[in-house]
Amino acid sequence: MDFLNAIVAFANFVFIPGVAYGSQLALGALGVTLVYGILRFSNFAHGDTMAMGAMSAVLLTWLFQSWGISFGPLPTALLTLPFAIGFTILLLLGTDRAVYKFYRTKKAKPVILVIVSLGITFIYNGLTRFIIGADDQNFLDGERFIIRARDFKEMTGLREGLAFKTTQGITIVTAVIVVILLFWFLNKTRSGKSMRAYSDNEDLALLSGINPERVVMITWMIVAGLATIAGVLYGLDKSFKPFTYFQLLLPIFASAIVGGLGNPIGAIAGGFVIAFSEVTITYAWKKVLVYLMPDNLEPSGLVQLLSTDYKFAVSFVILLIVLLVKPTGLFKGQAV
Amino acid sequence: MNDTMRTTMLFAGVALLIAYVGFAQSWNSALLIIAMGLISSVMALGVNLQWGFAGLFNVGIMGFVALGGLAAVLIGMPPTEGAFSAGGWGVLSALILGAGTIFAAIFAVKKMTSGWLRTMTVIAILVAGFFIFRAILDPAVERIEVINPAQTGYLGGLGWPVLLAWPVGGLFAAGAAWIIGKTALGLRSDYLAIATLGIAEIIIAVLKNEDWLTRGVKNVIGVPRPVPYEIDLQNDPAFVERAANLGFTPVEASTLWVKVLYILLFGAVLLILLWMAQRALHSPWGRMLRAIRDNEVAAEAMGKDVTARHLQVFVLGSAICGIAGAMMTTMDSQLTPGTYQPLRFTFLVWVMVIVGGSGNNLGSVLGGFLIWFLWVQVEPMGLWLMNLITSGMAEGSALKDHLIDSAAHMRLLTMGLVLLLVLRFSPRGLIPEK
Repeated sequence: MDFLNAIVAFANFVFIPGVAYGSQLALGALGVTLVYGILRFSNFAHGDTMAMGAMSAVLLTWLFQSWGISFGPLPTALLTLPFAIGFTILLLLGTDRAVYKFYRTKKAKPVILVIVSLGITFIYNGLTRFIIGADDQNFLDGERFIIRARDFKEMTGLREGLAFKTTQGITIVTAVIVVILLFWFLNKTRSGKSMRAYSDNEDLALLSGINPERVVMITWMIVAGLATIAGVLYGLDKSFKPFTYFQLLLPIFASAIVGGLGNPIGAIAGGFVIAFSEVTITYAWKKVLVYLMPDNLEPSGLVQLLSTDYKFAVSFVILLIVLLVKPTGLFKGQAV
Repeated sequence: MNDTMRTTMLFAGVALLIAYVGFAQSWNSALLIIAMGLISSVMALGVNLQWGFAGLFNVGIMGFVALGGLAAVLIGMPPTEGAFSAGGWGVLSALILGAGTIFAAIFAVKKMTSGWLRTMTVIAILVAGFFIFRAILDPAVERIEVINPAQTGYLGGLGWPVLLAWPVGGLFAAGAAWIIGKTALGLRSDYLAIATLGIAEIIIAVLKNEDWLTRGVKNVIGVPRPVPYEIDLQNDPAFVERAANLGFTPVEASTLWVKVLYILLFGAVLLILLWMAQRALHSPWGRMLRAIRDNEVAAEAMGKDVTARHLQVFVLGSAICGIAGAMMTTMDSQLTPGTYQPLRFTFLVWVMVIVGGSGNNLGSVLGGFLIWFLWVQVEPMGLWLMNLITSGMAEGSALKDHLIDSAAHMRLLTMGLVLLLVLRFSPRGLIPEK
């Protein structure tokens, strides 16, 4: 019985939050890795693209709510997703037209593009704060839980409760659907194949008649979709605050690099590696260990390796180790 | 118009702008802009060394600046009574042990042949080291933090003259830069950017959370100054008399005089660093760096050690940012870890370097003053603009209130736009590299 309790506590505090957070990071890292593969620079504006996408979803949610439209037990934000993605696509294509295209035709060094993307970051960040303010915004509605801790206890008779939030369920389901769609697109469709060809060998792709501007356009559209979905899911699960998206850059980049920059499968794997390291290292294990250890060996402290304030340090240390040991990442990425 | 004329005109223009603030607003704000402009110029010089000379992209300036601020606290503040005997040795030995663990792990990696045995040994060393480190550190930290937590609750500093903190701040930043450079240099340029972004966030997290070191978000206030206090000057009859002769009230004269003293100190630092940077630029070493920047492969073929030179210049540039950080904390007389924002301390310095003219030291100085001036003045200008835009709207309308409230966020937008416009239309900046 104690063993079961330990497993439930583990699932409740480590496994489910880890999977949800990992899915959010994976979606973010996919966006970064696609931009890197096709446009060949690290897009520092990705975090704030997520913020812009999420912000449009928040505003639309409020609009829908004022019209009395809701999505039953699910958050209204899901209904607004297609429109929010449309807005983000327009935003990114506009940005590409106005800013990135100039440097692409000039064949500027990647580091110049990185600086430019830093400039974009602050413009997006400024716009987000200008429109919606710098504070927390709650836009979650509908049913809060799929399984409540109390119901679970009554159902099973265990001492530990298992709570499964709707947002966690939605995050995981959406991430699975998005990833399946993305891989179907990349592997089966003509446009997807031309994207992979362009990413593998630009000159060869150009020779075989692939239109680079079309590839770039499709990439930005997919990135907009991924960023908006990741931003909305993160915002629903935690809360929407413009500045947190800038801070998400570090774990997102760490995920993409750990998996191998430019490699989509790597980005997903990297997202889960980073998420689970963060959660396991900053979780106070006392609750689980109490059930597993004999009474006289029970831990006196919290058995927390690092306080949660240092969760960024975890992704950073993993990033450093990967850079030192295997700079191409776990799955072979493009960059050395 | 030749180059020297152009440079002189630009500097004169910035001087006029600041003088305008002096006449139109107050000389106190004008002097403050000059003092902060000097500090900004020092930061920009450091970044110019990295970016302009060597093409290294550092997004962690905030972290190096904050380390400089930490140095000001650790050198300048008086030691906390009894804190060191309570937990100082514990903390010190824990830190030494932590460093020893990492060295042992590196040693194991270097000496053993690769394979699962080596991996297991390294993991075992790190895990064991971490638990012993925490076992020694935690009780020591607890003992330090219970000592009068409302006022101290931290180790305090050495109580040495705060001017010493400036070079020490440089050393701190150089140490952090060495660790980052050692890992990320020699790989793709983007990796350095991401690694520096990370180290900056972590340095700030440490300053915010390690109360025994910096009091965390409770802030350290009252860092001793290298210049006299206003209140002492106001109580000094000789000073008051001299001020009266010049037509100043004692309060006004004392605040102005303190700022002038700071400006002299900062100006001296800037001049020394500028002279050194100019010498470096025109030395064989500077030419080698630019050769590496312009064509890495060719320079390597000529037998230049690219990674070593990059590491060198990265450490030097970061050290300069550390010095600037110590200067800033000295002038503010306080360390407030909560106020370190990447926008203010990383991005703004980048705008300074690029607008001023990357690769040109005088350009960085000009950029430092000009962008700092804009940074201070954009907010009132934004408010004015918003008032203008909304002047036609009905009083009390929601949109009008929102726009006026949001004027404060105009800074981000303006600075982002300035950077993009300069990069696009004048990528060589106001004073281009020769």
